[in-house]
Parts: sequence; C-alpha cells; structure tokens
Amino acid sequence: MSTPNAIRRNAGAFAPLGPARLFSLGGITLIIGGMVFGDVFAVFVLHQNAGRIGQHLLAATQAVAAGDVGSVLAHFTSIGGFLENRGTKVDTHVHILDFGYLALLLALVQPYVALSASAKKLLAQIFLLGAVLLPVSVFLIHYVGLAYSPLRAIGWASIFADFGGLLVIVACVGELAGLWRYLRGPRPALAAEELRQDRSWPARVLLTGGTLLVLLGFLHGAYYAAANLYQHEARDTALLRAMMEDAAGNNLAAATQAVNAYGGLQGEKAVKIAAHAHIIEFGLLAILLAFVQRFVFLSERWKRRWVLVLLLGSVVLPVFVLLELRWGLVAGGIADMGGLLVVVSLSGMLVGVLRHTGRLDAGREAEP
Amino acid sequence: MSASRKLLLVSGLALAVWGMGYGLWYALFAEHQALDQMGASLANAFARAAERRMPEAHAALEAFAQTQFNYVRQVDVHSHWTGLAMLLIVFGAIFDRVGFDERKRFYLATILVVGAVSFPLGVVLQTANRGPIPKALAVLGSALVILALAAVALGFARGNAAERRSPPGEVNRA
Repeated sequence: MSTPNAIRRNAGAFAPLGPARLFSLGGITLIIGGMVFGDVFAVFVLHQNAGRIGQHLLAATQAVAAGDVGSVLAHFTSIGGFLENRGTKVDTHVHILDFGYLALLLALVQPYVALSASAKKLLAQIFLLGAVLLPVSVFLIHYVGLAYSPLRAIGWASIFADFGGLLVIVACVGELAGLWRYLRGPRPALAAEELRQDRSWPARVLLTGGTLLVLLGFLHGAYYAAANLYQHEARDTALLRAMMEDAAGNNLAAATQAVNAYGGLQGEKAVKIAAHAHIIEFGLLAILLAFVQRFVFLSERWKRRWVLVLLLGSVVLPVFVLLELRWGLVAGGIADMGGLLVVVSLSGMLVGVLRHTGRLDAGREAEP
Repeated sequence: MSASRKLLLVSGLALAVWGMGYGLWYALFAEHQALDQMGASLANAFARAAERRMPEAHAALEAFAQTQFNYVRQVDVHSHWTGLAMLLIVFGAIFDRVGFDERKRFYLATILVVGAVSFPLGVVLQTANRGPIPKALAVLGSALVILALAAVALGFARGNAAERRSPPGEVNRA
C-alpha cells in the first residue's frame, strides 16, 4: 500500500479534477466500458449475426439457381445490414478500448506537457468528450442510418463520430505541442520520475508480463500475415466464385457446401485476428497499469491478486478465442470468462485508484 | 530526459496523431464509398449469375475482391499505426528501465520508430502496388518491430535483475 509520504508526493500530479486524474479515471472507465461492451457483443450479437448472414447467403445462392434477381438483391441488402451491425459494434468496442489506453498514456506524460494547468485540463476534457462521442456515435450508425442526413453516403451518426475523432486528434496535437515546449524549454525536476521507478512486485510483474504479451501478439500477427492472410483472401474469392457458379449451374448441394465453407473461413479469420488484437491490447494494458499501481490504494496482497487475475484473463481470452476453431462455443464461453476476469481485475484497481483520490482529497481538506 | 525516451515520446505522439488523422480521413472520404462498392459488387455478381451472364458476374466478383483487398489494408494501417504509436509512447515513459546503456537504448528506440512507421506504410502501399517492394517493406518493418521488442523484453528482464541487486538510483547507469 502507498505510504503517506508517497501519497503526499503524488498529490500534485493527481490534483482533484486535474488532467492526470481525469485521464487516469477516464481511461480505466473507458477500458472497463469497452470490455463489458465487447463481452456483451460476443455473447448476444456476434454468433447470432454470423448465423443470419449464413442463412441469407444460402438463400441468395438458391435465388441464383432459381434465376430470381430481385430475391438475390433483397438477400444481399439484408446481408449488408447484418455486416454493418457487426462492423459498427466491433468498431465501437475497439475505439472505446484504444481511447482508454491512450487516456492512460496521456495521464503518464502529463508531467512532461509544458502547458498551463487550465490548458491541460481543457485538453483532457476535449479528449474525453471525443473519446465518448466517437464510439457512441459509431454504435448508433446502424440504427440512425441516413435519416435527415444532408449527405448521400454519410449519416448524422457518422458525422458526429468523425467530429469525436477530430476532438481526440485536436487534444493529442495539443499534448504534442506541450511536450515539444517541455523538451525545448527549462525542465523542472519531476515527481513523475519517481513514478517510473516504481519497483513494487505488482509493477514489475505487469511490466514484464505485458511486454511478453505484446511480443507474443506480434509473433502471432507475423505468422498470421505470412501463413494465412493471402491464403484466406484467395480462398474467400474462390468460395464466392464456387457458390455463384454452382448455383448458376443448378448444383445446389455444391453451392451449399461452398456457403458452409465460406462461413467457416469467416470464423477462422475472425478468431485469428481477434486473438492477435486482444493479446497485444492486454499486453499494452498491463504495461500501462504498471504505472497506475502507485495510485492503487489497496493492501499489497490485493494488489498482487488483481495483477494475477488480470494476467490470467489476458492469456485465457486470446488462447480460447483461437481454440474456438476446435472446441466451438465451449471455448468461446471460456474466452468470455477470460474477458470477465480482466474486467473484474480492472474494477478492483479502479476502486483502489478511487480510494487513493479520496484519501488525497481528505488530506487536502484536513490541511490548515 | 534521455535522447531515447525523447525520440520515443515525440515519435509516438506524432505517429498517434498521424494514425488517427489517417483514420479520420479514411472514414470521411473513403470508407463508406468502399463499403458501398463492396456490397454493390458482390450483389451485382450474384445477380448477373442469376441471369446466367457469367463473364459479367466474374468481373463484378473480381471488383469485389479488389475493393476488399484495399479495404482490409486501409483499416489495418489505421489500427497498426495507432497501436504502434501507443507502444512507442509507453516505452518512452519507461525506457530508462531497459537494462542497456543509453547508446544501445537509442539504437533500439530508432529501430522501433523505423519499424513502427515502415511496417504499416508497406501494408498501405500494397493498395497501390501489388509488387514485391511494398510487401518487402512491410515484412522488414514488422521484423524490426519484433526484434526490437524482443530486445526491450530482454532489457526489462536485465533491468529488473539489476534493480534487485542494486540500491535505488544505481540502475541503468552502465
């Protein structure tokens, strides 16, 4: 647990509603929100949506065999809707998480941003506004569509999502300018130097574990790019061609086989990309949380428990996502439990950070 | 602040801005059009097949495959530039804990930055040129990132071992 002296030293860097606190609390909250959203999406939307796409693709091949052009187009319109539903939800999940990581990173570099306190706070608020606006708007794209839109291809939800992205970029440019001013000007001694030197067991384990997870993710990604990517793309087109030609030749059994193989291929692609993305993101998260440990006001035993739970979940989720190819929904369920472990661990750490901020604020109020 | 940390932090934030700016540009001016084109090409392919006009069906399917090839890479580039930028920033904050001397750390930081820029660049260049050069650039960039990352992991392990042996403040001065 942080000592009273350490807490006093961190107080300046973690002022009430200051940029570091806004970024830290906002970042962890975004990550928890993104992970819960991802779990809900995986359990209630992902597989059901994939099943509906398969049904409509099969129906489209039957319509090709029957020579019914109208029915073909109707089924592809439906497939487009299901793909948009899936795509916007994946984008929502990814962007909430990435903005959460970026917020934690920006919390870390605040001592090196040479801007006034009010400017830094404003940048943090702009960032968080954009970081919420973009994913919420992306989520709404599927439901709002092009209603009342002044543009032909882009609806209001997309416009607000792009505006959210612009806000985040503006905040990051401001942070970059502040960092540049720090590097060019006189550099005050920083309390943050101590932050980097946190050598506690939880910080060291998170740092090493996180780097190894990122490395594993990169190796897996490189293997996927070398062994699978081009082969998957070629198989994708070949199966679509087979569906089309078999259906046009009234060979519905072969067309159905191609539809099933196509569904399997989409599943294989999805799990391999998801495993690659998740293991790297959890690695990055672990490294980032190494810095936050100093602000987690919990007993050492509980800090260690949350670290182990986080790392366990970070390995279980991507490994069992990959195993979905062999074990199906059983592995999917275990992967979801891995995600839940990460969420629980993060929530535990968030409680610790909130306790830390409460203790800081109480100490300030008690000062004469 | 050491030169290696300075390089990683500034490059990381600049790459994050670039990666997000690229994503914003893509979302505004290309993504919707690409998705519409993919949907239309695939539907057109199957519709022509229903009419038994197979050459046109094949041409539409080829257009779908081409658009999908580009779309996948454009999205990958946005996510990889932004993700690698975050990795550079986080390493920039803690690079002094990598248990090598500053000269080696600076080389490592340079390799990380070059890899983080060139790997996605090679991927996005494949949308303009399917030849071997963009692919080689992507492979080289990703190999640089992986090698540097392995060295950083080793450096952290050395740094941790040194920290356990030495009193605070005596680490990473070799």
